[in-house]
Amino acid sequence: MSEALESEVKTNPQGDPITSAPVAPSVDSEKGRKDPHGDAKRQREVSAEYMFFEAPREREFITGSECAKEAVRRSNVDMSVAYPITPQSETLQLIGVLYGEGYVKEFYRGEEEYGVMSAIAGASRAGVRAFTATAGPGTLRGLEPIVSWAGHRLPAVCMFTCRVVNAPLAIQPDNVEIAYLLNSGMLVFHAENQQDLFDFIMKGFIISEKNDVTLPVGVCCDGFFVTHARGYCAMQDRGLKLPARDPYRGSVPVLDAENPPARLSRDAPVQKSNFMAYNIHAVWQQEVWAGVERSRKYINHYMDGLLEAQDVEDADVLLIASGSAAAQSREAVRQCKEKGIKAGLIKIRSLRPFPTNELRELCGKAKLIVIPEFNYVGWLAKDVATAIYGFSNAKIVAGPHVYGGMSMPVEMITDEVECGLTGKKSNTVPESHIMGTVDPAAVAQFMKSI
Amino acid sequence: MSLDYVKFTPGFGKFMPKEYRDMVEHGPFGKKTSVSQVGTFKEILEEHPMCAGCAMTLFIRLAMIAFPNPEDTITVGTAGCGRLAISQAAIPFVYGNYGDQNGVASGLSRGLRLRFGDRPKDVVVMAGDGGMADIGFAQTLHSWFRKEKFTTIMLDNEVYGNTGGQESGMTNKGQVLKMAPLGKKFEKMDMLGMAKVAGCAYVATVVPNNPRRVESVIKKAVLIAREVGPTYIQAYTSCNIEYAIPTDKVMEDAKDVENDRYAFSEYLTDEAKQYLGELYGYKEYLPKPAAAVTKG
Repeated sequence: MSEALESEVKTNPQGDPITSAPVAPSVDSEKGRKDPHGDAKRQREVSAEYMFFEAPREREFITGSECAKEAVRRSNVDMSVAYPITPQSETLQLIGVLYGEGYVKEFYRGEEEYGVMSAIAGASRAGVRAFTATAGPGTLRGLEPIVSWAGHRLPAVCMFTCRVVNAPLAIQPDNVEIAYLLNSGMLVFHAENQQDLFDFIMKGFIISEKNDVTLPVGVCCDGFFVTHARGYCAMQDRGLKLPARDPYRGSVPVLDAENPPARLSRDAPVQKSNFMAYNIHAVWQQEVWAGVERSRKYINHYMDGLLEAQDVEDADVLLIASGSAAAQSREAVRQCKEKGIKAGLIKIRSLRPFPTNELRELCGKAKLIVIPEFNYVGWLAKDVATAIYGFSNAKIVAGPHVYGGMSMPVEMITDEVECGLTGKKSNTVPESHIMGTVDPAAVAQFMKSI
Repeated sequence: MSLDYVKFTPGFGKFMPKEYRDMVEHGPFGKKTSVSQVGTFKEILEEHPMCAGCAMTLFIRLAMIAFPNPEDTITVGTAGCGRLAISQAAIPFVYGNYGDQNGVASGLSRGLRLRFGDRPKDVVVMAGDGGMADIGFAQTLHSWFRKEKFTTIMLDNEVYGNTGGQESGMTNKGQVLKMAPLGKKFEKMDMLGMAKVAGCAYVATVVPNNPRRVESVIKKAVLIAREVGPTYIQAYTSCNIEYAIPTDKVMEDAKDVENDRYAFSEYLTDEAKQYLGELYGYKEYLPKPAAAVTKG
């Protein structure tokens, strides 16, 4: 009675719609066998200016992980080290596919994140272009090496597909880990969607390697919402790639024994307790953060600004958000307008450097500022409030917050707008998270609690 | 800094850093030096802030003399006494985070191979027993399992010396130290056995009171790591402070420990033997010529 089961044929199990697309018959080798690295070898280097501003683009409907892969394919990446963690795993296994295809020259699966982030430091010191990615607990496990990259002036790009880190263990989106990265000395960009992720990674390499920057770049996105969902991404031809890293362009020597020995790692006085030790370390920290400051001009040039403002002129209400919260806020602005509320959106692309002056200019006239976030602690509200203090009389609502993997219904945001304007008590944001009310104690409580 | 790739325009050599010129004119860069010539040339490690009588410093000094290509060698280390001396040397040193040395060296050596191909850029990890067998254990073992081509040297003083004398995994059982108030409760870790299991192509133990032997094992380890696979040297480098060894008895102690538990040992894979024999003239590793057949 039983019918013979059809045997399952696996075709390119690691493939995705782009890599598994049928390939043209090959003319690569004498025996008619396709050179697996043929396409990679034929890639043409173009300038960053051409790649970002002139090269024609085609739109694809792909996941965020696939966007990361396509960005790395076009970024002339030398080396990547991978370690799986949900929801990042797909990204680095796709980079593995690129390694198989010759687009990435060196790749291995590391032992765990501390080892991976250390190896990325080694690769960057060797003078090659390096990429890796992690998420949530992986970010914290790798944090000691990650936060040392900036101090060692190591250009590299690390993608953070943010996820819950607190117990009880969960794999869901929650971007509290960005709070740790903000103080690491690296540049931190926050991608709203698939397109941002693609652009920020490619531009991140170029900005990271600028001589007066020479710092790592963290490209964050909210896990699953961006990594696993599909969205439109306009991409340059895959036959193009960015110029290779010039190891001698950095502001500190690479450790290839072709330079006089780098003093950075050598001077024992830095380890000692004396005036020179304090002074050397203090000056070094100042220089790292000065490098962060100097990256502003490149972010303005390549990324069209540290923030994006929409409908902010004449707006009574401003929604300020980054990442997936910006996507929800964009819809909230539309719904507010339907209700006759004059609302605008400020989407922050670069969290480090932070668009302080831009916010001071844009927030001067607003009556109400609402800052929705996908974390409990409200790191963005803290930065915004600090930046515009004294430059705006707006009431600031640090919320709504969702965390632990919750999604953020647009109504949560519009409710806050209405409560903020009418003075009605909010269901989700405690009084202590609202600044600019008549009660100064509430403000003090807010600053204390975040 | 490599000699072959930087050629000074005549008259401009004097603008190179003095320490580099000294290494070329009076030191080991570009020529062969040996421990038997100590005192006649400028060494890579000349000054250090280590304790008087420190055997570890002597070992590091000898190791650096033994590097086959010092001008193309990059050292990697971690927190511990050793880095205080290594960081004073005239060759680049990566001092990263706690226990990250074999991870950093993995990325570094692969990156350098991408850029320089077969041109040797020797990566040598030198770190203490705590950094290697305790906090950096996973990265040490995984770099060996991955067959990363660089040399790992453990400066084994059987204690956390730099933090003030706490028990490490390499401390001997029963030893009373800080954090081991009742004596260490488990055996000294068998890193040599693990190195072999994990696939190191060369594994050796050595003590610093035999300079020629130190020189020999370092040279072999660095050469084999260029092409064959990971190499591991475990050196007894006593801590005369935490183990209260009188300064003038440090070499005597090294001899005693060598006799007690640190006898010289050397393990090479067949591939490593063939490589050394064929490429670097180590005749002892070449196959013996077949004995003449005699009629019975």
